[in-house]
Amino acid sequence: MTLLLNADEVAPRLRDRYPDAVLEAKGSSLLVRRERLVEVARFLRDTDGLDFDYPAMVTAVDRWDYFDVVYYLNSLTRNHSLYLKTRAYGRELPVVPSLVGVWRGCDFQEREVYDLMGIRFEGHPNLKRILLWEGFEGHPLRKDFIG
Amino acid sequence: MTLRTDPVTINFGPHHPSTHGVFQMRITADGEVITNLEPVMGYLHRGCEKLSEGRTYTQVVPLTDRLDYLSPMSNNVACVQAAERLGDIPVPERAEYIRVIMAELQRLANHCAMTGFLLNDLGTFFTPFHYTMREREKILDLFEMTCGTRVTVSYMRPGGVLQDLPEEFMPRLRALLDEMPHRIDDYETLITQNEIVLVRTKGVGVMSKELAIAAGCSGPMLRGSGVKWDIRKNDAYSIYDRFQFDIPVGTNGDVYDRYLVRIREMRQSVRILEQAYRDIPQGEVRTRLPLFFRLPSGEAYGRIEAPKGELGFYLVSDGGIAPYRMHVRSPSFINLGVLRDLTVGYTVADAVITLGSVDIVLGEVDR
Repeated sequence: MTLLLNADEVAPRLRDRYPDAVLEAKGSSLLVRRERLVEVARFLRDTDGLDFDYPAMVTAVDRWDYFDVVYYLNSLTRNHSLYLKTRAYGRELPVVPSLVGVWRGCDFQEREVYDLMGIRFEGHPNLKRILLWEGFEGHPLRKDFIG
Repeated sequence: MTLRTDPVTINFGPHHPSTHGVFQMRITADGEVITNLEPVMGYLHRGCEKLSEGRTYTQVVPLTDRLDYLSPMSNNVACVQAAERLGDIPVPERAEYIRVIMAELQRLANHCAMTGFLLNDLGTFFTPFHYTMREREKILDLFEMTCGTRVTVSYMRPGGVLQDLPEEFMPRLRALLDEMPHRIDDYETLITQNEIVLVRTKGVGVMSKELAIAAGCSGPMLRGSGVKWDIRKNDAYSIYDRFQFDIPVGTNGDVYDRYLVRIREMRQSVRILEQAYRDIPQGEVRTRLPLFFRLPSGEAYGRIEAPKGELGFYLVSDGGIAPYRMHVRSPSFINLGVLRDLTVGYTVADAVITLGSVDIVLGEVDR
């Protein structure tokens, strides 16, 4: 069975390298500072023993005050997993950095989050709507969306 | 003398028989060779994630039938599994066995349909398709006698299944299990060593192991490229750890390998079904829950090895009777992310069978 890593065990290794990156390590989810997301992702992918090579899922949750952007990461070689999270603030067009450069598989999924939740992924090579049509107004998965 | 040529843009779909639904491939071709391909989707978007936020956990199940409508049973299982993980809801033993039987029958049905469609794409217009559909019909008959419908089954419930199997189910399953290996032999005789099939599918739509992993591909797409990763084994859910079965993998990662992986998976599914048929116990099939049960606030990710790959449901609860947020990680959608890499440099005719080998269902891509 895939081992859901304890974020407490991963956080100290990250703190050694990027002291300001980890905001919270609770259960199996690791909440990191938005500005450090790309570095953290590369660290999780390339560090021996972590080897997160497989981006299983990318999504976002509207918490009214902020948006949780959730990455469910997997390592196929080590067979373990971890929730990597970051927060995007503001309701106009909140921004988080794109992880397409780290894992190819984030491409379509980030476009979907942009389309339905209205979060801009900075650095995404082709950030446009994917399920709804160009010209659609609003982002339906937000809690304040009126259809 | 050099001829001046212009690139041509071809719109495949959204209404085109080879795109398996309302899906568009915007192909730029230099003569017969593809130089760029852009997948355009969303024509079947019904907002199932948003709809689920206004429904109870049980009412979400019918929405999932309409995701991958070639394998509704698997979708049901994935959905209720996420709720069960979040709420720590026990599932009776007999219900677990029924789920395994249904999920494996569904895999057989899905791979039958996929093989038929792939051969359609190859130009053998509807002949192999009728052979494979014949077996799929028998499986759908089993579903119909169990829950009254063939496609929109809504059979799983958090905590078990809707109702017990009818009396005539087991004898009919026995007959199907006796017949199925011979039918798979039939397909193989017709297809596997067929020279035209080999010429058209070998070395086409090749995907490397590294790309398959980095792009998050799953299911036969990932295994066709030689990655031995099957959630039934690697992240064993339900009671899959009790069954003996192998994980078939490909070597070249081409269309042919993906076809072969599916055919071999069908044999393994029959193997699992034989064991489930032998071991299924009597007993309860459903944990009784209140009609409007609540799940504790938190999050859970339940994933299964659906016929098309990793189907995951990410549930966030705020303690209410409905999901606060539900996200469907659909394998078809994410597998499509590599379509451009798989088709550029090949001919337009190859793009059709490459898409066929990805095995998409638009209900699941667009959700």
